[in-house]
Amino acid sequence: MKLLRYHPETAFGGQSKEDALKSSVKKALDPEKTLTEKDKRRIELASEIGEQETARDKFRVMCAENKLAAFSLVVILIFIFMAIFAPVVAPYDPTKQDLIHRMQGMSREHIFGTDQLGRDIYSRMIYGARVSIAIGLLPTFVSILIGTVLGLISGYFGGVVDFIIMRLCDITMAFPSLLLAMVVMYTMGAGIINIFLALTLVSWAGTARVIRSQTLQLREMEYIEAARSMGVSSFAIMFRHILPNCLPNLIVLFTLNIPGSILSESSLSFLGIGAQAPMTSWGLMVSDGKQYLFTNPVIAIAPGVAILILALAFNFLGDGVRDAMDPYLSK
Amino acid sequence: MLKKVVNRILVSIPVLIGVIFIIYIMLNIIPGNPISVMMKEHARQEVIDRMSAYYGLDKPVMVQFLIYLKNLCHGDLGMSYKLNRSVNALIAQAFPYTLKLAIAAALVSWIIGIPAGIVSAIKENTAVDHFFMGFSLLGVSMPVFWAALLFQYVFAYKLGLVPVSGADNPSAYILPAIVLGWSSAGTIARLTRSNLLEVLEADYIRTAYAKGRSQAGVILHHAFKNALLPVITMMAIQVASLLSGAVITETVFAIPGIGRLAVDAITSRDMPLLQGTVLFTTVLIILGNLIADILYSVIDPRIRES
Repeated sequence: MKLLRYHPETAFGGQSKEDALKSSVKKALDPEKTLTEKDKRRIELASEIGEQETARDKFRVMCAENKLAAFSLVVILIFIFMAIFAPVVAPYDPTKQDLIHRMQGMSREHIFGTDQLGRDIYSRMIYGARVSIAIGLLPTFVSILIGTVLGLISGYFGGVVDFIIMRLCDITMAFPSLLLAMVVMYTMGAGIINIFLALTLVSWAGTARVIRSQTLQLREMEYIEAARSMGVSSFAIMFRHILPNCLPNLIVLFTLNIPGSILSESSLSFLGIGAQAPMTSWGLMVSDGKQYLFTNPVIAIAPGVAILILALAFNFLGDGVRDAMDPYLSK
Repeated sequence: MLKKVVNRILVSIPVLIGVIFIIYIMLNIIPGNPISVMMKEHARQEVIDRMSAYYGLDKPVMVQFLIYLKNLCHGDLGMSYKLNRSVNALIAQAFPYTLKLAIAAALVSWIIGIPAGIVSAIKENTAVDHFFMGFSLLGVSMPVFWAALLFQYVFAYKLGLVPVSGADNPSAYILPAIVLGWSSAGTIARLTRSNLLEVLEADYIRTAYAKGRSQAGVILHHAFKNALLPVITMMAIQVASLLSGAVITETVFAIPGIGRLAVDAITSRDMPLLQGTVLFTTVLIILGNLIADILYSVIDPRIRES
C-alpha cells in the first residue's frame, strides 16, 4: 500500500489516473456491472489518494459521485444565466402594465399568469432572480472576506486584539440575525444597497470564529515556524501560508451561507423593508401577491417556489462540497 | 462545577452590555428628531417641540443615553412614541402569544425531528434516510412566509381544517407552529442523525451487540442517551431562537406577539418600541445560550467531572 501511495500511477496499468478512477467509480455506481478485485482496489486507492487531492480534484469527484450536487450546480447556473440575460430571456417587459389582462391564470401566453396590474409574472420572476442571486452571492462573499481577515488577525496575533474581535463576534452572534438586519434597515432605510450592508454586518462573525480556530492550529505548525525563522513578515505568513489552508473551509462556508442570505433578503423584502418597487424581488412579489392569495394564489406562490428551488440547490451543493472537501466535517 | 457556571454567567455580562450599546447607537445615529420623522408633515413645530421635551429628546445625546441606562437598570424600557404606552406593558401583553407559538413550534420540531433523525441513522444511506434528510433540508431552504401563505391557502382556505389566522383559539396555532417548527425540525433531525451515527461506532456499542442485545435494545438503552446530549443543548438554543424567529410567522398569521410588535415599530418608526423588543429578544437568546451551556455541563458527566 505504501508503494501504491507514493507511485499511484503504477496502479493503473498505463491508464491515466483520472480515467481509471473515473471508470471504476462509474462501475461502482452502476448496479448491473460487477466489480472486479482490481476495481475495488482502485476505489480504495481513490479514497486513499483523496487526502492528497487538490480542491479542484475533489470538486470533480464530487460532481461525478454526488449526482444531486451536480444537478444543483446546473440548476444554479441556469438561474444565473437567466438573471444575467434577463432582457433576452424574459418574454415581456416586467414593468409593463396591461390592465385589461390583469389577474389572469396560467396560460400559453403567460406561463404563470399576470398580476394585479397585468404584468407578466414569469418575466418579473426572471428579473427578480437578479436581486436574489446578487444578494445571495455578494454579501456572503464580503462577509466571508471580512470574517476571514478578522479571524486570521485574531488567531495569529492573539492577546488584546483577539479578545476584542472575539467579544465583537459574541455580541454580533447574540443578536437574532433577522432582527439585527431589521434594525439596520430601520436606521438606513429600505433599499437594495442597505440590504447588502445589513446582511454583511450580520453574518461575518461565524466565519471569523471558524478561521480563528483554524489559524490557532496552523500557527503551531512547523512550516509556519520555519517561515517565521526565515524572516517572513506576519502579513505574508497569514495570507500566503495560513490562508490557503483555510480555503476548503471557506468554500464550504461560502456555499452554505448563501441560502441564508437569499432567505433573509426575501424575508426583509416580504416585510416591506427590503427591495422597493419598481425593483422586483421574489420576496416583494410574494408580499404583493398575498392579498390576492385566495383569488389568484399563483401570484404569491410562484416566486416563493423560485426562492425555495434556489435555496435548496445551494444547500444541496453546499452539502456536497462539504462532504467532498472533508468527509469528517459531515459527521 | 459551580465555579464553571458562575464563570459562564460572568462571560455573558459584557456581551449583554455590548448588545445594549450597539442597539442604542444603531437606533440613535439617525439624523433628525425622531418625533418629527414619525409625525412627518402633519404636526406644527411647537407640537413637535413639546413632544420632544416630553420624551426627553431636547437633551444632549450623552444625557439621553445616561437616562436610558438609568431607566434600564430599573427594568424600564421607556415609552412608545406612537402608542403612548410603556414598552414594558406592550411587551408583557405580547409575550404570552409568542411564548405559546414558540413552545408549540418547538414541540412540532421535536416530535418530527428526533424520530426522523433516529430512523435516518439506523437506515443510513437507504431511501428512508434520503427521504427524511431531503425533508429536513426542504424545511431549512423554505422561505417561512411563503410556506405560511401556502399552508393558509391549502389547509385553511381550501380544506377549511383550521382558521386562516388569529390567536383566539388553540387551533389557530396549529399552522403557525408547523410552519415555524418544520425548519428547526430539519436542524434537529440532522443533528440527531449525525450524533447517533457517531455514537453507534463506539466500542461499547459493539460490546452491547456482542452481549447479544437486540438492535432496539442497543439503540434505546446504550446509544440514545449519549447521542441525545448535544440535541438537548440544541433545544435550549432553539427555543430562544424560535422566540425571536417568530417575526414572519406572527406577521402572516396575525398573531399579536413580540415579532409583530417589532415589525409594527419599524413601519410606524417607533424607536423606543423597536429598541425594547430587540433588546428583549436578544436577552432571551443570550439566556437560552447560557442555559444550553450550563445544561450541557450538568447532564454530561464527562464535562461535569473534569
